[in-house]
Amino acid sequence: MTTPRISISALHKRFQTDQGEFVALRDVNLSVAPGEFVTLVGASGCGKSTLLRIAGGLEPPSAGAVAVDGRPITGPGIDRAMVFQHYSLYPWLTVVGNIKFCRQLRVHRDVSTSAEVEAASGRADALIRLMGLSHVANAYPNQLSGGMQQRVAIARALMARPHILLMDEPFGALDAQTREVMHDLILHVSKLEKTTMLFVTHDVEEALYLGHRVVLMAPAPGRIEAVYDVPLPGRREQDMKLAGEFLSLKREILAGIRATSSVRTDQELLDRLGEIPALQNDSV
Amino acid sequence: MTDPTLASRSRWVIRGALSRQGYLGFALAGLLVPLAGWWWLAAQGIVDPVFLPAPDRVLDSARAWLMEGDLLADVSISVYRVLTGFLISALIALPLGLFIGTFAPVKAFFEPLTDFVRYMPAAAFIPLVMLWVGIDEGAKIAIIFIGTFFQMVLMIAEDVRRVPMEQIEAAQTMGAERGEVIMRVILPSAKPAILDTLRITMGWAWTYLVVAELVAANSGLGFAVLKAQRFLQTDKIFAGIILIGLFGLATDQLFRWLHRKSFPWLHRT
Ligand SMILES: Nc1ncnc2c1ncn2[C@@H]1O[C@H](COP(=O)(O)OP(=O)(O)OP(=O)(O)O)[C@@H](O)[C@H]1O
Ligand SMILES: [Mg+2]
Repeated sequence: MTTPRISISALHKRFQTDQGEFVALRDVNLSVAPGEFVTLVGASGCGKSTLLRIAGGLEPPSAGAVAVDGRPITGPGIDRAMVFQHYSLYPWLTVVGNIKFCRQLRVHRDVSTSAEVEAASGRADALIRLMGLSHVANAYPNQLSGGMQQRVAIARALMARPHILLMDEPFGALDAQTREVMHDLILHVSKLEKTTMLFVTHDVEEALYLGHRVVLMAPAPGRIEAVYDVPLPGRREQDMKLAGEFLSLKREILAGIRATSSVRTDQELLDRLGEIPALQNDSV
Repeated sequence: MTDPTLASRSRWVIRGALSRQGYLGFALAGLLVPLAGWWWLAAQGIVDPVFLPAPDRVLDSARAWLMEGDLLADVSISVYRVLTGFLISALIALPLGLFIGTFAPVKAFFEPLTDFVRYMPAAAFIPLVMLWVGIDEGAKIAIIFIGTFFQMVLMIAEDVRRVPMEQIEAAQTMGAERGEVIMRVILPSAKPAILDTLRITMGWAWTYLVVAELVAANSGLGFAVLKAQRFLQTDKIFAGIILIGLFGLATDQLFRWLHRKSFPWLHRT
């Protein structure tokens, strides 16, 4: 067996809060193969973001370890790029400036021969074209729609050729139409770049459409509840969302989320509200 | 052409926009209406000119100050005091605010102290400043410094703290080191807010001028106002106060212009 790209073993995360210790993650184990696309779903507060941030090196684990290509991580690294839901673009830089941001950093500059600089410049152009950003290359982020901004964020993350892309609800703020376009784009990119993907979402359909595997997490304490293999061919098409096995798996995962979520519809309360005359339409 | 009734109604839409002419019109009216009111009140003769001199008398007094007195010398020494006090303040507050807003230990060390000192009235420091610094230029600059510095540090620290964590973490995952995060993300991201903070504290520096020139001064706009009060020259008091206001307004506009030039992405519509 080859070494996994990401290997999370016996990971625990505790936060100190005013109410004492809070267990955000308990004994999480997960291996992700090179080039694999793994999506994480689960009820709010189950620790999806925390897990991703630990993998990104932005948060230290309380116990256990995350290894990349067999080496334990100690902090953020250029092998792992991250895409956030919001506010991560640099508003003072143009689209090109944002995408080339990493070129100004010492880790990427020290090794630069002129040939490498040229290659990097070519890569920036290629990413701009791949992401469909050519016509806005010199615009500032606040002139772009939300979908366009996320394309820039993804292009910027890919610029340094990371082996792993960590994404935390990157399309959470986009409308359904734009999301579909972004889904096909990100699938295309992941195949082209052979990037290993760890993708957090609260949308089960998105998780199934994108992932080779879907990891279902559960809260209190945050843990992995189940891992599902997605029975779809490698090449995804929007129509597959209507296939029977897609829908039944979606139903199963949704049921799993509902069963573990602490937020529930209070049916009794709704019934009582229905009896209040002011809330009944016919009383108007 | 847009429908004029539509245009005039959209002005009063909540947070609506205003055309350039519209802005100028309202701004001019806002200045001229009080001026006309002042003129009218003075012309009625119901208020003793010692309390409320007419605008033309104030203008005459300013002209006399320029021709026979030393208005230019007063202006230049006052501008010098305000600018020096402000610049020294900014020079220390900028790095200090940046570090307070970035590193928790620096914040814990300085913030309570700064918070405490900024509530002390700058005027109350006059006797101490005279004792420590003396009564020369340094003393006046010190008062303006005390009046602006502590507010400025805390406001800059707040500007720095408002930089979204996502911007910082994105840089870290791209391999930025600590110094690079500060120089390439935190500073450029906070710059527009910091320039606004400088503009606002510059206004405060001007308001501390009169206080500063209480310290054994024999020149300056603030000193002239204080001296005019001793001789009951109300028209000169008015002239001095209005001049200080005008200089404050001019520096404010200068900062706004600098903001538009330096941060074009914030001024597009
Ligand atoms: N810095 C922190 N200090 C204390 N508690 C924290 C901290 N960060 C996260 N938590 C807690 O850990 C739990 C998991 O948080 P996390 O953000 O990982 O959840 P999530 O699965 O991403 O939720 P969502 O779907 O709402 O984004 C939450 O209950 C949260 O309150
Ligand atoms: Mg989250």
